[in-house]
Formats: sequence, C-alpha cells, structure tokens
Amino acid sequence: MKIGVFVCYCGENIGRTVDCAAVAKELSAYPGVAHAEAYKYMCSDPGQNLIKQAIKEKNLDAVVVGSCSPHMHEKTFRKACASAGVNPYMVEIANLREHCSWIHDDIPSATAKAIDLVRIAVEKVKYNEPLQTIQVPVTKRALVIGGGIAGIQSALDIANAGFPVVLVEKEPSIGGHMSQLSETFPTLDCSQCILTPRMVEVYQHSNITLLTYSEVEKVEGFIGNFKVTVRKKARSVKDEVCTGCGLCVQNCPIKKKAQSEFDESLTTRPAIYVPFPQAVPNIPVIDRSVCTYYKTGKCQMCKKVCGREAIDFDQQDTFLTFDIGAIIAATGYKLYKIDKKPEGHIYKGYGEYGYGELKDVIDGLQFERIASASGPTSGEILRPSDKKEPKKVVFVQCVGSRDESKGFSYCSKICCMYTAKHAMLYKHKVHDGEAYVFYMDIRSNGKGYDEFVRRAIEEDGVKYIRGRVSKIYEENGKYIVKGEDTIAGVRMEIDADMVVLATAMIPQPENSKVAQLLGIPYDKHGFMQEVHPKLRPVETSTGGIFLAGACHSPRDIPESVSMASAAAAKAMVLFGSDILEREPVVAKVEASTCAGCFYCQKVCAYSAIERKEIRDRQGNLIKVVAYVNAGLCQGCGTCNATCPSKSVELIGFRDEQIFAEIQSLSGF
Amino acid sequence: MEIGYYPGCSLEGTAKEFDKSLKEVLKVLDVNLKEIEDWSCCGASSAHSAGNTLAVALPARNLKLADDQGLKEIVAPCAACFNRLVTAKHELKFDESMRIKVEKLLEEKTSFNADIYNILQLFQKIGMEKIKENVKINLKNLKVACYYGCLLVRPNDIIQFDDTENPLSMEEIVMASGAQPVNWNFKTECCGASLSIVHTGIVEKLSKQIMDNAILHKADIIAVACPMCHSNLDMRQLNIKKDYPGHKEIPVVYISELVGLALGIDPAKLGLNSHFIDPMKVLNSAITEEAAI
Repeated sequence: MKIGVFVCYCGENIGRTVDCAAVAKELSAYPGVAHAEAYKYMCSDPGQNLIKQAIKEKNLDAVVVGSCSPHMHEKTFRKACASAGVNPYMVEIANLREHCSWIHDDIPSATAKAIDLVRIAVEKVKYNEPLQTIQVPVTKRALVIGGGIAGIQSALDIANAGFPVVLVEKEPSIGGHMSQLSETFPTLDCSQCILTPRMVEVYQHSNITLLTYSEVEKVEGFIGNFKVTVRKKARSVKDEVCTGCGLCVQNCPIKKKAQSEFDESLTTRPAIYVPFPQAVPNIPVIDRSVCTYYKTGKCQMCKKVCGREAIDFDQQDTFLTFDIGAIIAATGYKLYKIDKKPEGHIYKGYGEYGYGELKDVIDGLQFERIASASGPTSGEILRPSDKKEPKKVVFVQCVGSRDESKGFSYCSKICCMYTAKHAMLYKHKVHDGEAYVFYMDIRSNGKGYDEFVRRAIEEDGVKYIRGRVSKIYEENGKYIVKGEDTIAGVRMEIDADMVVLATAMIPQPENSKVAQLLGIPYDKHGFMQEVHPKLRPVETSTGGIFLAGACHSPRDIPESVSMASAAAAKAMVLFGSDILEREPVVAKVEASTCAGCFYCQKVCAYSAIERKEIRDRQGNLIKVVAYVNAGLCQGCGTCNATCPSKSVELIGFRDEQIFAEIQSLSGF
Repeated sequence: MEIGYYPGCSLEGTAKEFDKSLKEVLKVLDVNLKEIEDWSCCGASSAHSAGNTLAVALPARNLKLADDQGLKEIVAPCAACFNRLVTAKHELKFDESMRIKVEKLLEEKTSFNADIYNILQLFQKIGMEKIKENVKINLKNLKVACYYGCLLVRPNDIIQFDDTENPLSMEEIVMASGAQPVNWNFKTECCGASLSIVHTGIVEKLSKQIMDNAILHKADIIAVACPMCHSNLDMRQLNIKKDYPGHKEIPVVYISELVGLALGIDPAKLGLNSHFIDPMKVLNSAITEEAAI
C-alpha cells in the first residue's frame, strides 16, 4: 500500500507549536509511506491540489492528513481524494490542532506527539478498506413544532414548495405572541392585520395538516425517516362538527375564574373559550380546571345551547403518528416575570420593583394588550388598577436582561425597539402625557431601527434617561421610580402613574423538554443550540432537525421570519432528492459466528438491530441471528463492545484497525 | 441554650441599651450568653478601605478566639460586626491564599468554624413560639416600622438569609411580641451610615426620608437592629428638627428593647430611658388600655 502523508501548518495554529516540516520528514521514512509533505493551508485550493497531484504522481492508495479536527475538514479532504480517484474512506485525519498544538506550548514535545499522532493514523489506514455510502429513502414531509410567526412562515414556505407539512401548536390557536401585539416596529403596522391572513392561509392550505391544542409526544428514527407521535389533547369540542358560532362561549356561566392568557391576565375568560376572535381554528376549548361540569357534574350549559351537538365532555386525548423527513422546532419564547422565584431557581425576582405585586407595574406584553385595538381597553391607554389614563409613564429597559445577578447574561435584543414603540404609541394616544425611558444603552441595529428610536425622542418627545432604576414603590396611588441619570450625574425620582418593564425574553418552559425529545442540545437558559453560530445557524447537531425563531435566542419578527424561511430551505434541500446518502460507518454482524443471544439488540439505542432467520436450501430454519439495519444504525459501537462472541464489527473502526493504532504506540 | 457573644465596640458605647436589652431578653428566653474573652475590633468601615488582608485578619482573630474557647455559635448584634465576621469567614473558607496569609499573621492554624448569627437569626433560632409564650405586656396597638438598613441581611450570597429587597424576618419577631408591623417602602434604604461624621447634612436628609415614610405608613415607632442606623435616626433627629422645621418626630428603638418590653421587663433595665427621642410616651399610650394579659 502506498500512503501519502500531508501535514498542515493551519497558518500558525499548528505551525506555532509543532515543527510541521520535521513531522513530514520523519514520516517520509516510515514504512508504507510513499510521500510526505507539509503545507501552510492544506484545506485551501492549492493545498488540496498538492494532495491530488501526489495521488496521481505517486499512485497513492491511501492518505493521512495531519490537520485540524476531523469535524472541521474530514469531508473536505475525503472529497479531494475522491476526485483524484482514492476511495474517501481510505483517508484518515490526525488531529494536530485541537489534540496537540492548541493544548501544548513546548515545541519539541508537541512535535514528538504530532509525529506519534500521524503514525497512529498511518497504521490505521493500512487496514482501511474502500467503502461505499449507504443510501436511504427520504420521507418528503416536514413537522413544524410551534405555530407562532416562525412556525407559520416555515410551514407556508415548505407547503408552497409542494411538500406536505404537519404543524403542531400546543395552544388552542396558532398565531403566537405576534397575535397579541398592537403595532409593530419600525413601521407601526398593525400586527394582527399582517398576521391573520397568514394564519388563515395555513388553515386553508391543502399541504398543511394543522394540529392545534396538540403536543409532540415521541420522536423516533433519524434524518429523512422520523416517526413522530403527536398527542391531540381533548378539546371537549368536536372540531369536525363545530362551526365556531360562539354560542357556547357567550352562555358559559363561568366568566371570571380563569385569567385570559391572550390578554396576559388583564382580563378573564369563560371556561369554554376561543383565545381571541381571529383565532385559527375558530373552535373553542373547555378549560377543565375551571369548568363547573368537571367539578360538580352539573351545568352543561354549553351543551344545551350548541345546535350542532359539538360538545363532548368525555372526549379523550388521541394520538396520531406521522412519517416525517425533517423537523423544524419553532417553540418560541415567553417573558420573564419578576415574581419571587422558588429557592434554587436560576432566575431571581425583583424585590426592588415589587415582585410583580404592584398593579400598575406591568410588562411589555401587557402594555401591548392595553395599546391594542382588540385589547381590554380597546386601545385606550388606561392603567389596570383604576382604569384611569396615566399621565406619566416610565419605561424601564433591561429588566433581567444583561444582569447576571438576576440569572441572565444575555441581551434580549428586542426591548430597545419595542420600548421606543411603546413610548411612541403612548405619546400618540395621550398627547399631554409624559413618557420616560430608563436605558443602559440603545441597541437599535436593524433596517430603519435607529431612525425609529430617534423619531421617538425627537418628534414624539419621549424623555430618554441613561441609567438604572434602583427601586419602584407605591405611595398614594403613584409609583415612585427611583433611578439615576448617569449623563447628568444626578439622582432621579419620578412619580409615575404606570410603569412598563421590558423584562427579559426567556424560552418557553417546555423548550428543554422538546429539545430532549428531539435529541438536540440546549443552553443553560433553555434556548436550543445551533451547530455553528456563523455558518450553520439554523441546523442542529442532529441531522434533519432545524431551528426557527426565538426558541434559539431572543429575536424580533423580521429575524424570526428570515430564520424560519432559512430552516424551511434547509428542510427542502433534504426533500430535493429521493435518496439520502449516509456514512457507511455502521455495525455489521458476522452471521456464521453469531449465537443469537441478542444482547446487541438490548443495548442498541437506535432500535437498529433486527432478527434474521438463517435457513438451509430446503427451507429448514437453522438459526436466528442479529442483523443491523444500516439505515437506523448510527455507528456508536455499543453492540460491538457488548457482543460476547465478537461477532459484531463496526465498519471503519474494526478491531484490527484499533489494535494497529495501539500497537504503533506501544511499539510491539 | 448557650451562645458565644461578640458585642463589638458599639454595644459598649453608643449602643449600650442594645447590649443591656439583649442580655435582659435572653435571660427570660433561657439563653446563656458567653462573651468571647479578649475580643478585639472587627475592623468595620475603616479596615476594608485600608487593605483586604487587614479587613479579614481583624475578624479572623475573633473567630480564632471563638474556636479556642470552644464556641461553636456566636451572635454579633451589631450589623456591621456581623457583616465583617461572615464576610471574613467566607473569604477564609474559599480563598486559600488569604487563609495562608491570615494564619501567618495569627501565628496559628485554626478552622474559623464558628457559625455567626445576627440578632434576627438568633431570635429565629430561639423560636417565635418561645417569645410568644413569654409575652406579658399587650402591644397590639403599637404600630412598628421594621428598619433593616443596608447590612443586616447582606451579603445574601453568603448568609442565605431573608430577602435583601423585602426582608420580613424582623416583622415576624415584632408579631411574635404582639405588636403590629406596618407595610412601608423604606425598610432597606440607606441611612447615610458613616457620612454621619463627615457629611452630616446628607445623613439628616436620608434619615428624614426614612422616618417620613414610616410616619406616612402610620408607624408609631421604628425598630432597628444596627447601632449605626439607630444613631443616625435617633440622635440626628434633634438636628433634623432644627434643619427641617415641622419635622414630626418618631422614636427609634432596638428590636431587643421592643421584645423586652413585651416580655414585661422594666423599661429602664432595657435602656428605653436613654434615647434622644423618648419612646416611652408612645409606648405607654399603646399599652395603657390593657396592661397585662
């Protein structure tokens, strides 16, 4: 076998601590190595050409590259070798960067270690065999989890491209937080006016299966071949017969027991309810936790008035399963509440702002509802406690956000903009009112965003004060806001009628649960994690699962929509071909020695081990052996390690390959 | 119950009544105070501006004495002493290099293991039930504003006791004594602390705001647990009355005096006769109606 060794300096990354030329020189004399050289950037075009040229000139049949982690460039080098006629699985990477140069500083010993690392790879590649990729079919149907603006956008994009989509939303209606907003920055167009047509489009789209009041229960399988179980929660209303006439809602005697989720607890709602008039679908849900019938067995008022006999008190949760090729998580965010948190909670409340017990100290979403034409005050700015028009309103930015002592290290990103919008909307509606904004700095980096903030300050006369608020307390119906103007260097005390806190955006509490179901990573706050922050921002480390919107990090509507379209595009890339190529690194069972104990089946985390009958020519059963479904196998090697008779091998990591590596080190 | 006692300088000087009342109250509640022999300054306010090692070494000496004298728990009634002692203990535990430096200065190794309590923690340890059982005088007409100041329930990360922004542990003690705590907004506001000496005007302004808020919320009296807070509110009121004509005065007493009064101890023994603003008028009018239970 003729092996080529290529050592990369990685600019200075490897070259600074490893004498790459010395590594190449040492390896050139190593048994089996027909060619060895070092180059500044092996992954660059000229670097790859060096490899291709050497393959042709020296007739190499295997290649070892000493470079960065195989996660980074294994694919690059495999491709280069394949184009020069060497099977891509005859390429091995020795990780000289993460495993050597970055973690050592002594040049001679780092160089010696680099030589060892390359030697190990050379010994392994001697036992490599040419492999072919495994081809699996792709189910061309997407699952979108979450029906906010991000989920809606992803679902519509994929559906419009002609692929079927299952959209799952846990609330009774799609629309998410965007449906609660009054007007949107920086154009001040009405949020519902631009959103509801899209909600209706989702509902009517022939390619979209909409499942509201539903949650994903189980996810099995792998990229292109997921099997997803969805729990359709009992609505207590038959959605196939209900016409959405609303009689049941009007006649429900329970009016005040439940807080309206849509109005952010500023109003109450009946036990049977539609979250808001434009809800999609316009089908009510019975909240069994407050309904009189579920408590006492009496009432049934909704059933009596329903002309369609749509009320079904005995309805049970149902389970639906779908074959899915790609999944987009768009589970969104919620706003942090400043309440006292239970012990050990990573977020701490704000005692200095009254722990959420001061009635007219509200959060951003509550102000949206107050400012919204569809809200509890029909858009009139009235404070919650006494429904009077507040003449002095203080807006406080960065409540929680960017404050480690409250459990948040991150910037919630959208608050600078929505606070400017809130102050502006307030000034537009209360002409003689005063609006103050306390800020740390203004982050308005988006198209037309800074102009928008300037407009609030210069045209609408909102008073911006740079400084933090130390305390908010109630005194005689006024809310005393104590803070500091750090530009003027003076203490401020404002007797406000209402205070709006721009509290941090946090992931939905179910986010981490969904991430666990999907098998994708999430950070300490519960935001889902992308593979690469710059180059693969919507992909997760699990193939076929993508992210859209605020489940990943705080983001506004335009960003959520772009991310949603990006995720949809990634899913459609998958749907672009009928066959998906997978790595051939999978387990293989040697049937002749397999004793059929099926220990491998018990330990396999991917349900990839099947039973296979071995029969003679007459059709008599000889034995039952284990068989690996290459489509499901992830190549983890657990079965390989478990098999008592050593009948399972992991292709690409066979025992003799591993032993060769170890032997090269021990010198035996 | 026996507990080590670190009085600190204030309780032998400006806050004598805090010391007196605490000792009287603990007698009734069956707690035996054992003063740390040969205790020295905790370094409060000046040492930690002079140098971190000094700021830790001074309290460390007292912690070492407690160890040597077999005291597993000590109470430091002064909020500043308490704060310095717990902070020093924390640093000795988690900062290896500081520990080595301090051990060198003390010329001996020790564990610095004693648990340190402020007076609220001590009362909590004794138990509210125990206080209730011993109440002799009905104070239900007395409205009390509990003033914590800045140091008493801090640093929260270390002491993990009560809520720094809205503490309620003193209110519990007031309720156990039979009086009524009021809900008010300035219980943790700054009194100006040691600016009392160099910028008396600032202290007067801050203290006045605190007292005004207590009066606004209908308090008859302010209860404190810090000698600094006490002198800034009680002693400075004479000047405040001069500088802010029309200032309504309000008596300021230590929480231990209030508990002592409820336990039926002679007010003079509690030091209630040694305040600048005489609390007895308010206290007498609150207890005249039903003197004994």
